[in-house]
Amino acid sequence: MLRIKWPLGLALLFTLLWSVASHATTQPPSEARIAGFAGAEYWKVVRQGGEGSTQAQHDEAGQLINSQGDYWRYWRNEWVTPAGAIALGGTLGLLALFYLIVGQNKLDKPRTGRKIERWTRFDRANHWTVAILFIILGISGLSILYAKFFLKDLLGDELWSSYIMLCKLAHNYLGPLFVLGLLVMIVRWMKYNFFNKTDLIWFLKGGGVVGKAHPSAGYMNGGEKLWFWMLTIVGIAVCVSGLILDFPNFGQFRETMQWSNLVHAAASLLLLAGSLGHIYIGSVGTEGALEGMKTGYVDEAWAKQHHDLWYEEVMEKQREKAEP
Amino acid sequence: MARMKFLCDSKRCIECNGCVTACKNENEVEWGVQRRRVVTINDGEADETSISVACMHCSDAPCMAVCPTDCFYQTEDGIVLHNKDLCIGCGYCLYACPFGAPQFPSSAAFGERGKMDKCTFCAGGPEEDHSAEEKAKYGANRIAEGKLPMCAELCSTKALLAGDASEVSDIFRERVIYRGHNDGAWAVEDELAYDASQQKA
Repeated sequence: MLRIKWPLGLALLFTLLWSVASHATTQPPSEARIAGFAGAEYWKVVRQGGEGSTQAQHDEAGQLINSQGDYWRYWRNEWVTPAGAIALGGTLGLLALFYLIVGQNKLDKPRTGRKIERWTRFDRANHWTVAILFIILGISGLSILYAKFFLKDLLGDELWSSYIMLCKLAHNYLGPLFVLGLLVMIVRWMKYNFFNKTDLIWFLKGGGVVGKAHPSAGYMNGGEKLWFWMLTIVGIAVCVSGLILDFPNFGQFRETMQWSNLVHAAASLLLLAGSLGHIYIGSVGTEGALEGMKTGYVDEAWAKQHHDLWYEEVMEKQREKAEP
Repeated sequence: MARMKFLCDSKRCIECNGCVTACKNENEVEWGVQRRRVVTINDGEADETSISVACMHCSDAPCMAVCPTDCFYQTEDGIVLHNKDLCIGCGYCLYACPFGAPQFPSSAAFGERGKMDKCTFCAGGPEEDHSAEEKAKYGANRIAEGKLPMCAELCSTKALLAGDASEVSDIFRERVIYRGHNDGAWAVEDELAYDASQQKA
């Protein structure tokens, strides 16, 4: 139980701290009287977000200047947008290069034809639900960030407005579903993903990704565990920030939304880059891998090659069952 | 070409909210949305100051820079307008705007805000000038008639000035000089470059 508690506790603490921090910096200077008679000090307070009274009833109407908006614009447009493009383009390029140079990780020994169950029906349903949602959310999210640069002129106003509206609707309505699916996945698979010495050796041997090395691995190898934790930690950030953004009906300050947007965009772009690697390894990159998640069963030869310790455990269980 | 700007002379603003009412009425703005607002600092104190603010039609508009659908455009006069047909109601323009000008008719779950609405400098929108669609979506198009925004036209003290930036600044400069004392504009004592204690040339 303790092993499951601490990462969840950490995630909870992080979320709590972050929401407190963002709230703490949100209040404008709370001076009862703004000093000076319309002098420099007076306007400085206004410029920093000082509030006055107003007849307007909408949120933050009393605040004359929202200067954080300019910082948000800068960080989003000058940093997140280009960095995201580089991360995604770079990852794609590297993977393409890797495939051309190293090629597919093939089975060393021929298939024996005997299958072992690796993923249950629920595992597969969970995985594919989250995966498909991830793809749709990824495409719609990337459209919101980048599509205007190349699709708007191509599609023309009518098609463009329909397309981008569809992206927004898909993103906002499917987002919470992704949160649910991801949470289920994290809770169910966490126990398989704690790091141990086997993983350290696996990493030191490069995961057997290049060359003939066959480092040992359990049910999940080091790389898979890394992807799991990336999905958990970065994924929770995406989900929390996404939920804050998706439900503005709780009177969030603009600054809260700005921060949430930056976290959401940066974390999502990270996940997208990672997912490219995951998709590559799980499909064209490794012979015999995809059928595992598609059918639930893997060939014995594949299991022995990639997850020998897990294979031994499964065989041991089968032997115990056979001998009463 | 003229560059259209607003300037609110906070020394003259009396918080009558005439500009707010004029705008709302002229443009038949939808329920719950207010394109212009008057903010009063130090309300009730001796140094109470009011200022009227709506969209400032920035030369480098942040709203335009962050819009995912690229629905904003700037006219030759520098007026920043947007296309409600392309707007997806994401709210980014509101997060970026230094003045909080973009308004949304609703605040619901799943980010359903409706179409963004804001001050158009009474210049309408992308629809054809004076058409019924333009009136329904964006309000009045006074600029196309050669008139200035209703808020400035109806300001009871002529605090709110609107029009070509150089003409507006000329008027304001005249006022500051005419006032002849150190807090004639937005400064006091040493911060004002103009030395009012000297004789006028």
